[in-house]
Amino acid sequence: MESSILTLMIFFPLAGMVAVFCLPSQAKDLIRWTAFAFTLPAFFLGIWLYQNFDTTTTALQFVVNVPWIESFNIRYFVGVDGVSISMVLLTAFLCPICILASWNIERAEKGYFALFLLLDTAMTGVFCAMDFFLFFIFWELMLLPMYFLIGIWGGPRREYAAIKFFLYTMLGSALMLVCMLVFYFQAGAIEGVGYTFDLTQLPAVAQHFQTEPLLFGFSLPQIMWLALFINFAVKIPAFPFHTWLPDAHVEAPTAISVILAGVLLKMGTYGILRVNYPLLPAETFFFAPYCLAALGAWNIVYGAFCALSQCFTEPKDLKKLVAYSSISHMGYVMLGMASFTPQGINGAVLQMFNHGTITAMLFLIVGVIYDRAHHRRIDGFGGLASVMPVYTGVMGLAFFAAMGLPGLSAFISEVLCLLGAWHAYKIPTLLGALTVIITASYLLWTIQQMFLGQPREEYADMHLSEINTRELCMLVPLGAIVVILGFYPHAVLDLLDVSLQGLNEVVLSASTSSSPDAAAVALR
Amino acid sequence: MNLGSIESLAYLYPEGILLLSILAVFLVDLCVDDKERLGNIALVGAALALVFTSGLSFFDIRLIEGLQGAGEGWLFHRMIALDSFAIFFKVILSLSLVGVVWMSLGSREINGPNQGEYYGILLASGLGMFFMASATNLLLAYLSLEFVSLTSYVLTGYLTHNRRSGEAALKYLIYGGVASGTMIYGMSWIFGLTGSLDYTEINAALLQNAPDQLTLFIALVLMLAGFGYKIAAVPFHMWAPDVYHGAPIPVTAFLSVGSKAAGFALLMRFFYPALSQSGDAGMWQFVPGVEWPQLMLIVAMVTMTLGNLAALNQYNVKRLLAYSSIAHAGYILMGFVVLSDEGLRAMLFYIVVYYLMNLGAFIVVMVVANNTGREDLEGFRGLAWRGGALPAAAMAIFLFSLTGLPPLAGFIGKFYLFAAVVKGQFYWLAVVGILNSVVSLYYYARIVKTMFLDQPSDSEGEVTLDPHNGSLLAILSVATVILGVYWAPVFDFADRSTRFFLGS
Repeated sequence: MESSILTLMIFFPLAGMVAVFCLPSQAKDLIRWTAFAFTLPAFFLGIWLYQNFDTTTTALQFVVNVPWIESFNIRYFVGVDGVSISMVLLTAFLCPICILASWNIERAEKGYFALFLLLDTAMTGVFCAMDFFLFFIFWELMLLPMYFLIGIWGGPRREYAAIKFFLYTMLGSALMLVCMLVFYFQAGAIEGVGYTFDLTQLPAVAQHFQTEPLLFGFSLPQIMWLALFINFAVKIPAFPFHTWLPDAHVEAPTAISVILAGVLLKMGTYGILRVNYPLLPAETFFFAPYCLAALGAWNIVYGAFCALSQCFTEPKDLKKLVAYSSISHMGYVMLGMASFTPQGINGAVLQMFNHGTITAMLFLIVGVIYDRAHHRRIDGFGGLASVMPVYTGVMGLAFFAAMGLPGLSAFISEVLCLLGAWHAYKIPTLLGALTVIITASYLLWTIQQMFLGQPREEYADMHLSEINTRELCMLVPLGAIVVILGFYPHAVLDLLDVSLQGLNEVVLSASTSSSPDAAAVALR
Repeated sequence: MNLGSIESLAYLYPEGILLLSILAVFLVDLCVDDKERLGNIALVGAALALVFTSGLSFFDIRLIEGLQGAGEGWLFHRMIALDSFAIFFKVILSLSLVGVVWMSLGSREINGPNQGEYYGILLASGLGMFFMASATNLLLAYLSLEFVSLTSYVLTGYLTHNRRSGEAALKYLIYGGVASGTMIYGMSWIFGLTGSLDYTEINAALLQNAPDQLTLFIALVLMLAGFGYKIAAVPFHMWAPDVYHGAPIPVTAFLSVGSKAAGFALLMRFFYPALSQSGDAGMWQFVPGVEWPQLMLIVAMVTMTLGNLAALNQYNVKRLLAYSSIAHAGYILMGFVVLSDEGLRAMLFYIVVYYLMNLGAFIVVMVVANNTGREDLEGFRGLAWRGGALPAAAMAIFLFSLTGLPPLAGFIGKFYLFAAVVKGQFYWLAVVGILNSVVSLYYYARIVKTMFLDQPSDSEGEVTLDPHNGSLLAILSVATVILGVYWAPVFDFADRSTRFFLGS
């Protein structure tokens, strides 16, 4: 039982998909409740996992490792360690909430919930898989449901958004496929390793690569690092691979935006930690100043200014603002993990978790108002505070959390990221810290335009009713986590710490052999 | 040792069954008025051929190994080899026959008074392909290829009152004539160089006598015209879009699945055991100095790129699938250029997978054409929302599988091809192939988009699925998914089948 917990968490939603398919399509409520019921086991198993997770070891836990395809040594290998546990918990936590947020999906409910449950399986699978091949399968498996969920149930430009998301991600994962094969065959040539996709054995390959320049002065492992990075950067999304994100987020239905921002973006940074860091440590150290730190800082600044522009320029879309703020906040993750300091990397993974909860709240809040007013224009509201006071209260919590207010969770993680990064990179850290002002300005501006002032007259026709119980059920648990982690971050940090320090060690010990070049020193 | 004509017949029973069913179809055609039954006879014949071919492969494996061990794999005075490679292709070909006959039963185009001829010629074409897969003599290779071509021309022009069908048949005939003429000219050069038409003797002569490299190279290029034409590889692909577009849909499916597989069988058997030498660790060595792998590398890259780029702008689904099948010929050729057993194995595996997904896609095209009379993208508009949810879902599975997305069979097929390419360190080829997969996503996803994301216009009627097509679609789509999750048995089958009988 104990070792099969992850397998159960992965495949319960898949069983739910089958169950939903078997229901008659007229029984809409039954379909919703069935879908909800099949996300709950993962949630409760997640709580059990949290309590039984051993925080003192870097070893994988709850491991299942059985052969899948013998002839190619492909294994069904799942397990969690400190790098992945927080993400598994986040996924298990967000999925029931997203089902609640999907309650008013009106069209082809059966298909929607079936695809959603398939997506749930794929996401949990990505975070648990420890075999590169399995990881890849789950990684790609997310694409199909996502394409349909955005494309069928999305907003007016859904087709464009869906295919754009699909093409970007497919391009990235195609690069990952080639890298995966190179690792596999390199491992096969090494005595004592043999052909394998096992992510715990592949680190042995790193020393055996040929290091002479292959293309544009880059060696083979460096090219592979960049290829893997591009794959993950598409998901993060890092500039300049981010352009799918505003489209996909804006067009996707609320619950899917929550999943996109809450879980899918984390897969980018998670992938870098899971694949790039241990498998190519020396290259990670070489590229981190440019690809992670500098690009991360640029992400922070760029995302914040794009979000700010939504306050002033058309279409003044609240959802687009939140989408761009995601790009900005993911920049902190990149900056933090590039530092290779204990604070930085802990802060990065904590920020992944916090951003997951806070952005989920933000998108849910946008969804609540959109369901009532059927538009999301920032300048289309005003004085909402007196019409929907409870809603405004919840909104206030989420917005201030996103701003990084002390006492709320994002403050801790952003400060950790910046503290850690300060030792390594002065200028990027300074940029990241100063951007907090921009972040505060676009969020405050939005609050002022939408919620403060006199209520508008047209609200009489809009029937703006106060936030209802179902919506509170989605938002309050998230809000509680945001507050708790604001005061007691160790609830999550303790899970991560040991494994992440181990990861830091791997990179730093590999880096001692290579000296940093002049440009990287200048960044510091 | 090789068996003479009479002794060989004992090992030729799948072909014999096909021959008998062809005769049965023609004879019954003369006697009965209810032409529907002819299709059933053909289906039974094809299914029996399948059963007996698989019987040869699974139950009589000891028989074959015994034959090979004793050096007795030659049939008909060294015209035919009976090896696991041939049997693999015979299984695939009889599967194609079963699939295509089955799908013809539910086709509106085929449903006419001339059905008897159609089914008879279809089976005859399949019979020719059986010989293509096992020919070990240039003479028989040429004869079987011509036999398949001739029957294909007739099948393409089957819709006598359809101008497009007639035009397609004529184009096919002209291209085919030129290609096979070029090929036989190349064969004559080979004969001149080696003094033999027998693959084993050609092999021995080439390796011992070290013929003039340029001459040999030209001869091979000339022969490639014939092979390339059958598998629709650039630059011999020009016939494919027009022929696929004009031919009745089941025939198109047969050309894209059966004809292509047979072409690959011929190509692989000629270039590997006849022209190359099996070396250490599953690697093959070609006659020194003749750089045909480099040539085929370029052909593979250009084929997939051109097929994919041309498909981007197609709005007729049959034509789109024609370009897609050109692109897939390019993918399969990736396994051909690496000169290793891995490559061969990956090609065989891909051919199985390709059979499933491409046949499935054509069946959905046929279902839509039966209901709406259209083959263009417009006919697919909102298919999922006007009663066609099952064919639309099946089509989505086939198309995403053709793209190469896990967890579908197409991904596993591509995975093995790329694995062989990366192992051979042809990184550029891998990158080109990968980028092509991404490009192909665009046009496959456009069909999916039209089916699911677009709303049906009011003028489009309901789409219904008859039991014939429904059951076949269900089998193929479930197989495509299952092979994407657990493919070890099929892979082992492909692995066993890479052993050629070389004889002595």
